[in-house]
Amino acid sequence: MDRFGNFLKSLSLSEMRKGLGVTGRYLFKRKITVQYPEEKTPQSNRFRGLHALRRYPNGEERCIACKLCEAVCPALAITIEAEERADGTRRTTRYDIDLFKCIYCGFCEESCPVDSIVETRNFEYSFENRGENVMTKQMLLEIGDKYEEQIAKDRMQDAAYR
Amino acid sequence: MVEIWELIREPVFIVLKIVAIVAPLMLAVAYLTYAERKIIGYMQVRIGPNRVGPRGWLQPIADAIKLLMKEIIVPSSSNRFLFLIAPMLSLAPALAAWAVMPFTDTLVLANIDASLLYILALTSMGVYGVIIAGWATNSKYAFLGAMRSAAQIVSYEIAMGFALVGVLIAGGSLNLREIVLAQQGSLLHWFWLPLFPLFIIYFISSVAETNRAPFDVAEGESEIVAGFHVEYSGMAFAVFFLAEYANMILLATLAALMFLGGWLSPFEGTWIESWFTWVPGVFWLLAKTSLFLFFYLWLRATFPRYRYDQIMRLGWKVFIPITIVWLVVEGAAVMADIGPWFD
Repeated sequence: MDRFGNFLKSLSLSEMRKGLGVTGRYLFKRKITVQYPEEKTPQSNRFRGLHALRRYPNGEERCIACKLCEAVCPALAITIEAEERADGTRRTTRYDIDLFKCIYCGFCEESCPVDSIVETRNFEYSFENRGENVMTKQMLLEIGDKYEEQIAKDRMQDAAYR
Repeated sequence: MVEIWELIREPVFIVLKIVAIVAPLMLAVAYLTYAERKIIGYMQVRIGPNRVGPRGWLQPIADAIKLLMKEIIVPSSSNRFLFLIAPMLSLAPALAAWAVMPFTDTLVLANIDASLLYILALTSMGVYGVIIAGWATNSKYAFLGAMRSAAQIVSYEIAMGFALVGVLIAGGSLNLREIVLAQQGSLLHWFWLPLFPLFIIYFISSVAETNRAPFDVAEGESEIVAGFHVEYSGMAFAVFFLAEYANMILLATLAALMFLGGWLSPFEGTWIESWFTWVPGVFWLLAKTSLFLFFYLWLRATFPRYRYDQIMRLGWKVFIPITIVWLVVEGAAVMADIGPWFD
């Protein structure tokens, strides 16, 4: 009897009709597509995008070339060279991040004792030529200057958890 | 001068008639792909193409231009002649079958006696294009896809043929126009009701026949890349694509003609019939065809792909027995002069 019941059930295509019912209902559901260039999804203040090097309010660069970020970087994307300046402080002469190697894990930012290297919210960037994937110190500082307001605000929001 | 005109008059008119059928058909194919992407998108809670032109209306045009501009790559170890002729072999029958399609009572290019037989013969030809493409490519994936596709099309043709035999018995003719006219009366006079199992089987077989999801093992992206047309690009690929969609429209129109009363108004025989007398018959036919095409897309959005042995089981062990049983039932009904259909 059970076998006969199953037979009738498969013959009546009831499972198929149930499936069609589901897709049929979804046809009229509200669509959730985000029209990207015009609309954007909300972003967390912890978003990890393009890197930046920050400065102190007096214009002095924060990075003291401790090389913790270089050491912690799991993808070996960071290259740092440093020397002593005339005033006796240690500063970088070279700070390169290879964005092809970078996996955007945020370890550099976490390891930084002076909040110098940070990841901004910017994720809309591209390269057109070979070699542009390596961000130099100058480029990173410029990005930092450009987004400083946003960077500072995001760090402030997250201060209690850092 | 006049004599020359007399001589070429007939061919010119035939060519014009062909253009009048094929041009709208091509347009329908283009917008069927658009409808497919939109409807499947909607069923997946997306919105589908909406960038090219207003609401994405120009998307199929852009696709066509892209395919036209692309290079046709012929694999070096393939059979060049067969490789290039295969797409044409699959498109030609799909288009030629339209010659006998009656759009209304009077609007038919060639009203031949055995038009249904002609269509059956031509749609069976389509498999040659597929199998030649798979063989000429000289690639194991293409060949596997072609073998699967050929086996599937041949198997389902039998179930489909049997379903059509039911229609022939009920309509008492091999001529599509007369089959439609035999359904005159009302919505309940149409053959879908007395031949319901055959109707369902015909529709499912036609999905299998066109290698559409969930019967698309011939393409099977996840296992054999794209089946018989892996190595095709540009216009050669586009021709295969056209053939698939033209076949879909063809089989959907056939289903509308044979089971849903073709160009007959669905309100025939009811009290609101007179409200719709101004609607041309062609509109009803197109509406019914669209309904079937929508079902094609709906099925694709809903079901996962069948396994190859399940397809064979369904075709041979389920569909063919059911059709034979129903033919017997129908034969008995004809003998007993039952209902409005068989008297």
